[in-house]
Amino acid sequence: MPPPVVDVRDLRTHIVTRWGTVKAVDGVSFALAEGETLGLVGESGSGKSMTCLSLVRLVPRPAARILGGQVMLDGDDLLARSEREMQAIRGRQIAMILQDPMSSLNPVFSIGMQMREPVALYHRLRGRALTARAAELLAAVRIPSPRERLCAFPHQLSGGMRQRVVGAMAIAAPPRLLIADEPTTSLDLTIQSQYLGLLRELQRQHRFALIFVTHNLGIVARMCDRVAVMYAGRIVEMGPVRRLFTRPAHPYTRALLDSIPRLGARRERLTAIEGQPPDLSRLPAGCAFAPRCPSVMERCRVEAPPETVVEAGHVTRCWLETPTSGGAPA
Amino acid sequence: MPAEPAALPLPEIDGAAVAAPRGWRLPLFPIGAIAIFLIVAIVAPFLGLPDPHEQSLRSRFKPPVWEEGGTWAHALGTDRLGRDLLSRIVWGSRISLAAGVLTVLLASAFGAAVGLTAGYYGGRVDAVLMRITDATMSFPVILLALILAVTAGPSFTNVVVAIAVILWARYARVIRGQVLTLMQLDFVAQARIAGAGAWRIITRHLLPNTLGTLLVLVTLQIGYVIIVEASLSFLGAGIPPPTPAWGSMIAEGRDFVTSAWWVSLFPGMAILIVVLAFNLLGDWLRDTFDPKLRQL
Repeated sequence: MPPPVVDVRDLRTHIVTRWGTVKAVDGVSFALAEGETLGLVGESGSGKSMTCLSLVRLVPRPAARILGGQVMLDGDDLLARSEREMQAIRGRQIAMILQDPMSSLNPVFSIGMQMREPVALYHRLRGRALTARAAELLAAVRIPSPRERLCAFPHQLSGGMRQRVVGAMAIAAPPRLLIADEPTTSLDLTIQSQYLGLLRELQRQHRFALIFVTHNLGIVARMCDRVAVMYAGRIVEMGPVRRLFTRPAHPYTRALLDSIPRLGARRERLTAIEGQPPDLSRLPAGCAFAPRCPSVMERCRVEAPPETVVEAGHVTRCWLETPTSGGAPA
Repeated sequence: MPAEPAALPLPEIDGAAVAAPRGWRLPLFPIGAIAIFLIVAIVAPFLGLPDPHEQSLRSRFKPPVWEEGGTWAHALGTDRLGRDLLSRIVWGSRISLAAGVLTVLLASAFGAAVGLTAGYYGGRVDAVLMRITDATMSFPVILLALILAVTAGPSFTNVVVAIAVILWARYARVIRGQVLTLMQLDFVAQARIAGAGAWRIITRHLLPNTLGTLLVLVTLQIGYVIIVEASLSFLGAGIPPPTPAWGSMIAEGRDFVTSAWWVSLFPGMAILIVVLAFNLLGDWLRDTFDPKLRQL
C-alpha cells in the first residue's frame, strides 16, 4: 500500500464559548491515499466543516483552537508549521472549494484578475504566459470560450459557472489534497451532476486526495471510495462505501441510511432519527448518540465506546460491535 | 421606521432597470458648478482680476455692478478696505476647495485604514480601535480647532489637521461595518485558503469592495468640511485674515449687513453653491453606486 497523502491522527479542535467548551472535533483520525476520495457525512454541527478548517489551520480564532493531534501531509506535520509556512502550503498543497458559489468570487474583479492572482503566486508566471495558463485552467473545468470568460465579472456567470471557476482556482497548483465542503449544495440537480463528474475527472488527472463533505448520501455513493460518518465531533463509523451502505455497524449510520427517500420503496413513511442533535457543550458521559439510539444499553450511558475494527478497513465506535460487550439491547 | 416600504419599491426598481441601459443621467448642476469652481480656482492668477489683497480706501463699499454706483471694475463690489469682492471670492475658492479635498483625503485614508484593520482582525484590536473611534466622534470639531488655533496659531495646516483629526472616525465606523459584512462572504475565506495573507486580503479583497462607499462618503463630506472651514474662519480660528477665505469674508461684512449687504452675501452664496453641489453629487453617487447606504 502506498504511503498516505494525508494522515490525520487524533485531531482535537475545541471552541470556547460563553456557555462552555464545545468539542467540535474530538479525536478524529483518518488517512487518505493518492487519488482516493473520503466522504465526510453527518448532521449540521457534527464537526465536518471544523475538521476541514482544522486541516488548513483556518479555524475561526480566537474562539476555536486546535488543541492536539497531527495532520500529516506527505509525512510532514502541518500543526507544527509556522503561520507563514502554512500560507505557502494553502492553495499549493491543500485547496478547498466552499459551499456558496454566489459569494466565493470577489465581485469587483474580473474572473481573469482573480484567476491570475493564485496562478502567478504558485507558478511565478507573468504576462501572456499567465493569461494563457488561466485560460487553460478554465478550459480544464469545461468553461466554454475561456479567453472571453477571463474578462467577465462574477455577476455575469451562473452559479454553476462560478463554482467551476472556483474549481479551476483550486486545481491551479495542482494540490495534493482537495477539500470540497458541500460544493454542490446550492446548484440545481443537472448542474450538480455535471460538477461531480468534473471533480472525478480532475481527480483522475491530477491524482489528488479528495475529502468530500456532504450530507447527501447519494452523492457519497457516487463520489467516494470510503465514508466517515461524524457525530458530535467524532467519527463514529468509517469504512468502504459499499460495505458501509450494505452493512452499517453503527446505529446512527443505519438511521441515516433509513432516512433516505427511495423511489419505488414499499415503505410510505421515512424513518426520521428521533430527538435532537446533541448540545456539544453538554455532552453525556458515555456515547454521544446514546440518548437517541434505538439499541441503547446501560453501558452506553456510562462509558464512551472505543474504536473497534469490524473488519479490515471498517471501524466503528459502538459497544454493540465491541467484542467484550455483554448484555442485550435495553 | 416610517411605514412606507410596501408601495414604494416596485415602480422605482422598474424605472431604474429600464433607465440603466440608456446610460446614467448625470447630475448636470452639481458637476457643472463644481467644475466651474475648480477651473476658476486653478486659473485664478490668469483671470485678469484685481489683486485680492490690494486695498483702496477711496473705493470702499462699492456696490455690485447692477446697483447704483457700481462699476465693471468691481463686478461684485468691494469691501471695507476697498478690496475687490469677486477677486477675493475666486481666490477664496482655492482655500475652501483645497481645505475640503485635503482634509477629506487625509481623514478617509486614515479612517479607512483603521476601519479595515479593526474589521479584519476583530476581537481585541477591533474593540480598542472602535472605542478610540467612538471617543473621537464625541469630540466637537469646532472646539478642537479653536484649541489648536489658540495654542498653535490659526493657519491653513491647523485647520486641515483639526478637522481631519475628528473626521476620520466616521470613515473608520462605516468601513469597519462593511468589512464585517465582507468577512462573512466566502471569497475572503477562499482567498485565505488559497494562501493569501492579511495584507493581500485587505488590499485586494476588502479595500476594493469598500471603494464605492468611500467615494460616496468622501464626496458628501467635502461639503461638510467646507462649511466647517468657513465656520472656523468666521470665528477667527481658521485661515488668518489677509488671505481671502469665504468664512472670514462673511465675518468681515457682518457689521455692515444693513448698508453693504454684498460684502457678506456673495461669499455666503459661494459657500451655498459649492456645498449644495457636493451634497447633490454625493447623493447621486450614493444612489448610483450603493443605494443601500441611505443613512449616510
